[in-house]
Amino acid sequence: MRTFDVAIIGGGLVGCSAALHLRCRDASVVLLERGQCGSQASGVNYGGVRQQGRDLAELPLARRSRRIWAELEALVGTDCEFEATGHLKLARSAAEMAALEEYTERARDFDLKLERIGPDQIRERFPWLGDAIVGGSFCAEDGHANPRLVAPAFARAAIAAGADIREGTEVLEATHDDHDFELRLSDGATVRARQLINAAGAWGSTISAWFGEPVPEDVLAPNMCVTDPIPYFLAPNLGVCGGDIYVRQIRRGNVIFGGGVGVADRDQIKARPLADSTAQAARLAVGLVPRLETAQVIRTWSGIEGVMPDGLPVIGPSGTSPGLIHAFGFSGHGFQLGPGVGAVLCELALDGATSTPIAAFGINRFPITENVAALRGPAARDRSAHERSTQQYKGPILQQTMTKGETTWFSLLADAFPERSCFSPAWPLAAP
Amino acid sequence: MPSIVIIGAGPAGVRAAETLVRAGILPTVIDEAPASGGQIYRRLPPSIVRDFKKVYGFEAGRARSVHRAFDDLREQIDYWPDSAVWSAHGRTLGVITKSGPSELAWDRLILATGAMDRVIPFKGWTLPGVYTLGGAQVALKYQACAIGDRPIFLGTGPLLYLVAYQYAAAGVKVAGVLDTASAGAKRGAIFGLFSGGGMFLKGLYYLAWLRAHGIPVISGVRPVGACAGPEGAVHELEWRDARGSHHRTVCDSIAMGFGLKSEAQIADLCGIPFAFDPGQRQWVPEQDSDGRTAINGVYLAGDGAGIKGAAAAELSGERAAHALLHDLGHAGSAGRIKTLNRRLGRFERFRRALDEKAFKFPADLAASADDELMICRCEGVTAGELRHAAHELGAAEINRAKAFTRVGMGRCQGRVCGPAAAEILANSLGVPLAAIGRLRGQMPIKPLPMAAFLDEAAS
Repeated sequence: MRTFDVAIIGGGLVGCSAALHLRCRDASVVLLERGQCGSQASGVNYGGVRQQGRDLAELPLARRSRRIWAELEALVGTDCEFEATGHLKLARSAAEMAALEEYTERARDFDLKLERIGPDQIRERFPWLGDAIVGGSFCAEDGHANPRLVAPAFARAAIAAGADIREGTEVLEATHDDHDFELRLSDGATVRARQLINAAGAWGSTISAWFGEPVPEDVLAPNMCVTDPIPYFLAPNLGVCGGDIYVRQIRRGNVIFGGGVGVADRDQIKARPLADSTAQAARLAVGLVPRLETAQVIRTWSGIEGVMPDGLPVIGPSGTSPGLIHAFGFSGHGFQLGPGVGAVLCELALDGATSTPIAAFGINRFPITENVAALRGPAARDRSAHERSTQQYKGPILQQTMTKGETTWFSLLADAFPERSCFSPAWPLAAP
Repeated sequence: MPSIVIIGAGPAGVRAAETLVRAGILPTVIDEAPASGGQIYRRLPPSIVRDFKKVYGFEAGRARSVHRAFDDLREQIDYWPDSAVWSAHGRTLGVITKSGPSELAWDRLILATGAMDRVIPFKGWTLPGVYTLGGAQVALKYQACAIGDRPIFLGTGPLLYLVAYQYAAAGVKVAGVLDTASAGAKRGAIFGLFSGGGMFLKGLYYLAWLRAHGIPVISGVRPVGACAGPEGAVHELEWRDARGSHHRTVCDSIAMGFGLKSEAQIADLCGIPFAFDPGQRQWVPEQDSDGRTAINGVYLAGDGAGIKGAAAAELSGERAAHALLHDLGHAGSAGRIKTLNRRLGRFERFRRALDEKAFKFPADLAASADDELMICRCEGVTAGELRHAAHELGAAEINRAKAFTRVGMGRCQGRVCGPAAAEILANSLGVPLAAIGRLRGQMPIKPLPMAAFLDEAAS
């Protein structure tokens, strides 16, 4: 049986980018995707390509990824509608303005070239903003892209470069013997690889649990909306302190906005928006940009995002299994990072190290609560701490709490990490 | 008392409501239109007075009966006219009414959501002056005006002849009735068509009447393209006859339609499984023999669950209500369901003769669209872009093609372009139509004004 240099579980943007980068260095790669490449969080997110506002720990990775976004056309044959129109993060109070200024100060070393726009200039520069806005912070390098195109474009480029990408193929079991990983697939086949990348998104913690590393990965479904086309006027990608609404317009006129959450069912692999969240997002969007009042929502959608308790992804080598590398749980802001994470994973797999600082993302930051040996193998899914920890978020319980509005997305996450300010990378989920 | 909701006040919804009220159950009826009747028996606004017989022709009796039945119920039901269901989640509907957004919880739900024209794009189909057959009927029945002084009726199906007749009878100079189905196909279907009885005879009457009034009625037509006149509106239709000869017919409007397709988005959002109907070449929500679905408490009635026509819709509306009553423990419904099913069975043979023989959907016409032809007018997607997505980008089914090209992502959510886009993909990939899948229903079902959710509207 052929042994690949690297096997990748998950055909999202992270996995597809890793496959392409590995092929660029001539490693043999097989990628296993249960559905179609880019059909989960990578393909249904808001489409923000944003560095501004991220946790400082993510900025080196975001900077690296941004350089890849600039060369997308050369790398994958299409620009994926990426445009650096700038990202404008807005303040609705003096305190929020001060928080924006504080972030600019803290992020100074990362050369984001953040521009402070005070109350005297904000309406002059952006006359379509609503009355509640007192100022903002502008990052000219940031922008947005069409998420539906990016992961498939990386997948096609990887295939053209010789990667073996198998869509519609689920990994049923992954084990590690003394030398290699062996993956049992849903089509009856088995593949072997010297190294294994876990890029399974919201299901990444399932894979990590197979290898004795259960982590508390939650799921959330961003509630996304798009309007019919209206004359193009809104160039920058808009966000707000607190992250309860985010808005962008594409050149052909449609305005895409999101806010609040829908319903995610990780087991059924189904997500859908909720009417209440759509209504609330529409109100907030019109508050931000009153001109949207005359627009019509033509479609809403959602997807399943993996969310870690601290809002940071898991990226780096396994603590239990040499050769296993994790990259999942991007907590609603993985789209901009995806291309860069692929490059980092390639270095980790082939060089054993990366030039990009990723220490903050190690899986070891979550204490393992159960006997590692007992969790090995897929049978562990039934009894792992991970499984128990996610059960409370599944199915009808979540639907009920969400529809009744008793637990908003905000209070849910605010409970999870109260120490974070509006600059937390998890605010907003799936946002710029 | 459980909350029982009927969506749609066409023939199916009206008969369902009537049946429930008779059994002592008072349903809520939600309808997009300002008055009951549905598309087929749409009522004139109160400001316009026209002779009933002139508006509805042979259908006047049925129209009057459906209207009266509903008017008699008005005091006993909770009626929401001018109200569009835009979301369905769990057992709650999101509804936009004239006074703002509202939510409605249901314990049992009858979906009588009807049908719309099936469109095949051809060169010039987006020109001003080109309408669907249903649109042409709305103009005549609801606005008491014609789509033009010299319309061409193009397409296939019983509605083609009915609308042409209605226009001509209203005094409009019809430039031609161009049917894509061949004369031979209709002759071949004759025995099946006889099973339609009166319906078949009415069709023959329309045809004879149109011919007797000197209106060209031609079968086996292939549209080549519509051209614009000096003012930019449609001015001429070029077409080929069955022998391949080219013709040009001057007109100032075109009404087209190639049969009907079920409006099943709410069924989709409710989670009802769909099955492919090869005869109608469309996906329809699945039901048991009495109109029950896999979702407990949801029933289907009328053309929203497969096209069978208005007369059958009245029967399946009553049947769905009886299935509901039976499930609530009402005695006597089971027997009535048997009778209704027997009567509905007679429509089956007629329908198959219509769909599969006499007025066969010209799938080849849809599939052979030129690369430059715009298929999705909301998003400006051409046939060539769809073929590119299929072959170069690996889109093997329609939702993947949607993700790559935006086909079906616009205002109509694929209700107009979906059938043709699916035919193009299937033909281009050399796979059966069923393998292309169906566009997923997404909220909102119809475009939703942002203003509806502002505080003023909500209060």
